[in-house]
Amino acid sequence: MSPRHPVLTMTAISKHFPGVRALDGVDFRLFPGEVHALMGENGAGKSTLIKVLTGVYGTDTGTITLDGAEVSFSGPMQATAAGVSTVYQEVNLCTNLSVAENIFIGREPRRFGAVNWRQMRRQARELLARIDLDIDVTALLGSYSLAVQQMVAIARAIDVRARVLILDEPTSSLDADEVAQLMRIMRQLRDEGIAILFVTHFLDQVYGIADRITVLRNGRLVGEYPTADLPQIALVEKMIGKELDALEQIDEQSRRDLATVEAGTPFVAATDLGRTGSVAPFSLTIHAGEVVGLAGLLGSGRTEVARLFFGADRADLGRLTVDGQPATIRRPVAAIARDIAFCSENRRTEGLVGELSVRENIVLALQAARGWLRPVPRRRQDELVQRYIRALHIRPADPDMPVRNLSGGNQQKVLLARWLITEPKLLILDEPTRGIDIGAKAEIQRLVAQLSDGGMAVLFISAELEEVLRLSHKVAVMRDRRMVAQLANDDTLDADRIMRAIASGAPQEGPDPA
Amino acid sequence: MTTSQLTGGVDRAPWWRVPQRQVPVLATGALLLVMYGVGVSQYRAFSSIQVVFNVFIDNGFLLVVAVGMTFVILTGGIDLSVGSVVAMTAMVTAALLRDGLPPALVLLIALLIGPTLGFAMGCVIHFFDIQPFIVTLAGMFFARGMCTWISSSSIPITDGFWTGVAQERIRFGDSFVTVSVLIALAVVAVAAYTLAYTRLGRNVHAIGGSPQSALLMGLPVGRTKIAVYTVSGLCSAVGGILLSFYTLSGAPLIAVGMELDAIAAVVIGGTLLTGGSGYVLGTVLGVLVLGVIQTLITFDGTLSSWWTKIVIGGLLFAFILLQRLIGIRKK
Repeated sequence: MSPRHPVLTMTAISKHFPGVRALDGVDFRLFPGEVHALMGENGAGKSTLIKVLTGVYGTDTGTITLDGAEVSFSGPMQATAAGVSTVYQEVNLCTNLSVAENIFIGREPRRFGAVNWRQMRRQARELLARIDLDIDVTALLGSYSLAVQQMVAIARAIDVRARVLILDEPTSSLDADEVAQLMRIMRQLRDEGIAILFVTHFLDQVYGIADRITVLRNGRLVGEYPTADLPQIALVEKMIGKELDALEQIDEQSRRDLATVEAGTPFVAATDLGRTGSVAPFSLTIHAGEVVGLAGLLGSGRTEVARLFFGADRADLGRLTVDGQPATIRRPVAAIARDIAFCSENRRTEGLVGELSVRENIVLALQAARGWLRPVPRRRQDELVQRYIRALHIRPADPDMPVRNLSGGNQQKVLLARWLITEPKLLILDEPTRGIDIGAKAEIQRLVAQLSDGGMAVLFISAELEEVLRLSHKVAVMRDRRMVAQLANDDTLDADRIMRAIASGAPQEGPDPA
Repeated sequence: MTTSQLTGGVDRAPWWRVPQRQVPVLATGALLLVMYGVGVSQYRAFSSIQVVFNVFIDNGFLLVVAVGMTFVILTGGIDLSVGSVVAMTAMVTAALLRDGLPPALVLLIALLIGPTLGFAMGCVIHFFDIQPFIVTLAGMFFARGMCTWISSSSIPITDGFWTGVAQERIRFGDSFVTVSVLIALAVVAVAAYTLAYTRLGRNVHAIGGSPQSALLMGLPVGRTKIAVYTVSGLCSAVGGILLSFYTLSGAPLIAVGMELDAIAAVVIGGTLLTGGSGYVLGTVLGVLVLGVIQTLITFDGTLSSWWTKIVIGGLLFAFILLQRLIGIRKK
């Protein structure tokens, strides 16, 4: 690589929050025409570094230079104007406005002071053509999928002659095809000379696209490496800071075989259970101590199956038995009364109450199960909460911290703790490890294994086949809202076979390489 | 890989398909036509063009106030102070004219009061991050109190300029409108242009859609919020002056509850109460619907005027449900 000048240099950046040293003397460089992955566990300081860079936070010490000149942005707007644009994990656009307007609002082309709609639409089409997106720019943004919205956000970001593009976990809600599309756009922008700062939890994406990697841990710089010189296992070690073979450990634990687990009456048994227009009728049993994995592509009906078991949607076909007794579960309350717990995929909007503290969030379900007239004594609350904060390594270990201040992985653990203290017999986990770092992921996986060893039935939904394979005794495969296969997880089952099951029914299409 | 997978979800709308955001406005338009049709078929005199003009004459001030309210509601806010500000403007006008100030100066002062109060309320809402509901409720009590402080009884306006403007008839054949109607229509035109073609207008829509997104997109959220309350205050001031032309007096208890009529008109006109979607034209139709209901009840002659409220109540329910249904279908 020829010696070049970095477009952006951050030197000795430190940032304190009350009680937390979020960044401690971090250096960071970004060269034009590279994709630079910023890696670290939740709470390592990635978000803080980005916010310092874009002026959301000021720095305590340290300097930022852009093109050799020292800069200090007062906010995202000024940073954007200087050529540093950010696309956030949650699409921060207005779904009630048209695609064209979302790209240009705040800097609309104008004639005699009036917004020139015709020119705006033309420029929007040109800009979207640059990233190969062919959509109606006059349609409301909200009428498009999240993936398209994400692309529109990128189009908005690159329009302002951006030289630095920050992508903060842009792929966490996209499916494989959409990720491939995003990667293609990133390569193209990189080849145009834009410097891309890429934050993600997906290691294969990092190794698929990043030229260099900077690793942060606990607010400190661990190092900056060319991707080719840093094998995956070394990267994970640097992120975790300890020899982590936790993931392998779970593998090594001898998994009880299916026949042993499935002896006796199942805890829940669905017979031709279904819901018109949502899930085709399926039959599935889950025994005490059994982990049933639910695999399938995004939108294949995985979540819908879970919602039927929990009564979040009402089944209109088939029968369900719980503990051998016929049961109709029409509402979540009925499911909770039968010791069924559900950790939803969307922890921000469906699970946690951000303003309430860790303690309040954890006792919420227990309190609901007891009824509001019998409050859980404060001493018992403290005791339970302390136990689960310790057991699940919730950090910071402060029961009075509002949940929204926690990182994604820790929020997920709070949600888990909430359901665990109700001592459910069936735990439904919908994508419990999405968007959280590898350390927290390993902890949650280990916990699931422990719980099932202890006799809990678990329905485990995940888009990551490795994870499903590692934990499940049996894997049910969903495709197009139909359960197409149930595979015993013996030595012969691997990701390939699951993918073939997902792809079956359309034999001319090969399994997705992603 | 092709992009068709990503675009597959949405078909390009054929030209005859009405965009969903315009459905409520069209529904209001259709309702208005039906009500007018009913009037024409039931009462012979209803078909006179003067009936239509009278609706505008009798509701010009409400129209102006509702236009200001549209700005506020588009951002997802609410302004409860408008009725009181209308009354206060009319009171100040009447009191200053009684004291012999020149009409031009009175006009200027009257036009400044509303925006100043609106600006102040906007600042409180933005800088202290307080619910618009409670801030403008305070503004409502304040302005209403000021009315009675100025005078506890009605003040007649006898100024020559004022009575001249009030009695001016602009004729179209046999029919006529007042100056107030022209002013109201001018306000409508300026407001529609502002919302559709200026940055302020587009920012108003963006903030109504998602304040957090608007902030992260670098839009001046605070400035825009303060601006809409100022605009609403200005519209209330203009409305107050139109009211003083209409009644040729200032009364402390006039225009009580007008804020609710304005909100009703805006909502019936298809603007989402949560903000982000709506049209000034819809608000015009909303005001006309209220006006035509009143006219129908007047023509009937046997019904109590409270029937107006009952019908408006029913319509509000219907339109809120319509908005909800469209929202659900979108999902």
